[in-house]
Amino acid sequence: MTTVVIGAGHAGLAASRLLTEHSIDHVVLERGEVANSWRRERWDSLRLLTPNWQTRLPGCKYEGQDPDGYMTMGEVIAFLSQFANLSAVPIRTNTNVTSVTRVDDGYQVATSHGDIRGRSLVVASGACNLPSVPSIRSTIPPAIEQFTPFEYRNPDSLPEGGVLVVGASATGIQLAAEIHRSGRPVTLSVGEHVRLPRTYRGRDVLWWMDVSGVWNQRFDEIDDLTRARSLPSPQLVGTSDRTTLDLNALSAMGIELVGRFASMRDGRALFSGGLRNMFSLADLKMERLLDTFDEWARVNARTTDVDTPERFEPTRVPSSSRLQLDLRTGAVRSIVWATGFRPDYRWLHVPVVDEKGYLRHEGGVVDSPGMYALGLPVLRRRKSSFIHGIEDDARELIEHLSGFLRG
Amino acid sequence: MAMTTVNNGVNVQALLDAREALKGAPEATKFTWRASCKWKNGTHSETNVESFFGLGEEQKHKIKSSFDADHPEIFASEDKGITPIEYVLVGLASCLTAGVAAVAQNRGVQLRSVESKLEGKMDIRGILGMDSDVRNGYDDIKVTFKIDADASKKDIEAIVAQSQKRSAVYDVITNPVNVTVEIV
Repeated sequence: MTTVVIGAGHAGLAASRLLTEHSIDHVVLERGEVANSWRRERWDSLRLLTPNWQTRLPGCKYEGQDPDGYMTMGEVIAFLSQFANLSAVPIRTNTNVTSVTRVDDGYQVATSHGDIRGRSLVVASGACNLPSVPSIRSTIPPAIEQFTPFEYRNPDSLPEGGVLVVGASATGIQLAAEIHRSGRPVTLSVGEHVRLPRTYRGRDVLWWMDVSGVWNQRFDEIDDLTRARSLPSPQLVGTSDRTTLDLNALSAMGIELVGRFASMRDGRALFSGGLRNMFSLADLKMERLLDTFDEWARVNARTTDVDTPERFEPTRVPSSSRLQLDLRTGAVRSIVWATGFRPDYRWLHVPVVDEKGYLRHEGGVVDSPGMYALGLPVLRRRKSSFIHGIEDDARELIEHLSGFLRG
Repeated sequence: MAMTTVNNGVNVQALLDAREALKGAPEATKFTWRASCKWKNGTHSETNVESFFGLGEEQKHKIKSSFDADHPEIFASEDKGITPIEYVLVGLASCLTAGVAAVAQNRGVQLRSVESKLEGKMDIRGILGMDSDVRNGYDDIKVTFKIDADASKKDIEAIVAQSQKRSAVYDVITNPVNVTVEIV
């Protein structure tokens, strides 16, 4: 085999499509089915953060009736399956990769269905293989049930009673809102976060990210790439009324905001007193982004297709935010850790993984001959981990891979 | 604004170089700060700070610093120094101010003046043991900066926010830390 692709999510499928365009013989190995993590590792209500018109893959775009809507998980699975069929992706499903090692002429890939050798390798196994949960989880009183987003499907997954949601990324704010709506009192622990309005000047905020060029900013133009790659997902939700779900919206619903979950002491959860600055950082960053959009609109004389500039209320600071929460009283019955995800490379026995468990790569070109990565945050551009962001990355990397094969 | 024209007296390049150099040296980044204290009389004590450990070896400040702490006369003390809880404000103010200078330098912003006033609110019923529901220490700290610089209000706000984000003292005040007190 010339090239082995690991993973049949949007990244692996896009890689396959471009390998086919380059007439490079390859196989895509998938531990489950196409779009496996979308099928098995997401909560029920999740919709894509990107609007339908933006959700596209090489040679394949949304053609339904609701361009401004957001795909449900079922629709994402159908979209990716359709793309796999259209692109005639040579896929081996239910084939789990158990080990990859370097051999003289490439890589030895051990799977649940035997070994395969490839001269080159595309790692498209995703950025969110494991929930990333802080070590305080082991100090939580045993009476409290703990959930990661992998175990959570809907509020019925949780016991009745109060819920502490930890983390205010897209995951945290979406789960906090829906758990609150189920009648359970919710406390939301907020650390660093990325605030965005759903729409700005009448357009989806991700339209602005696209047209203004922010999303196309390349990895080698970003000052602090490590930081850019570890940013939490923006506080967005895909709903039919395009509602903004920021912290003001959550506190207006009756969700209590507290600082970062710092530690446990004597059965009490202790929260940081730095909540106000978390709000300031996110508000200031959002305003700078909106300034960038306004500047783009001004320079490009966009006045007819966008509304007038707007500014949003700063995040309201609770008059006195709670610094501790007694987890022994029974008021809180469960904790949902919306504290991010990380990739799982335990199968990758090539020295390309750093001490924190992340792949060492330069814009997707991994530090081992013929090895490439796709579908990781800010891999080559700010848009890299979004579905529509994969095409440019995949084109460039498969071009590079093709050059590698030609020697 | 060109970085080269800005001088806040902070060698940001040295800090950035250090960050790069320390990437592969996890042991060198482990610091221990020290203070030693001696009771004088009553509530008066003297604390000295001179040595610390860092970059893998013993280090020394250029001069030994000495700090008197006491309680004010309204607490029937002799007021031979500021109260210990006021030293917390000293630490916070100086840490945030150093941060403002460093961040401004890094962002190419020339500072002309940076002043701040700090207020820590505390209910002394806590330390007097009058009400166990009242905490001993500050329940609210307010820092008010007045900054004159070549930058917009928004940019100054961002510098101050970033200085909080990177402040050791702000962190240790806002987040719990393990404290072990032993007798030898």
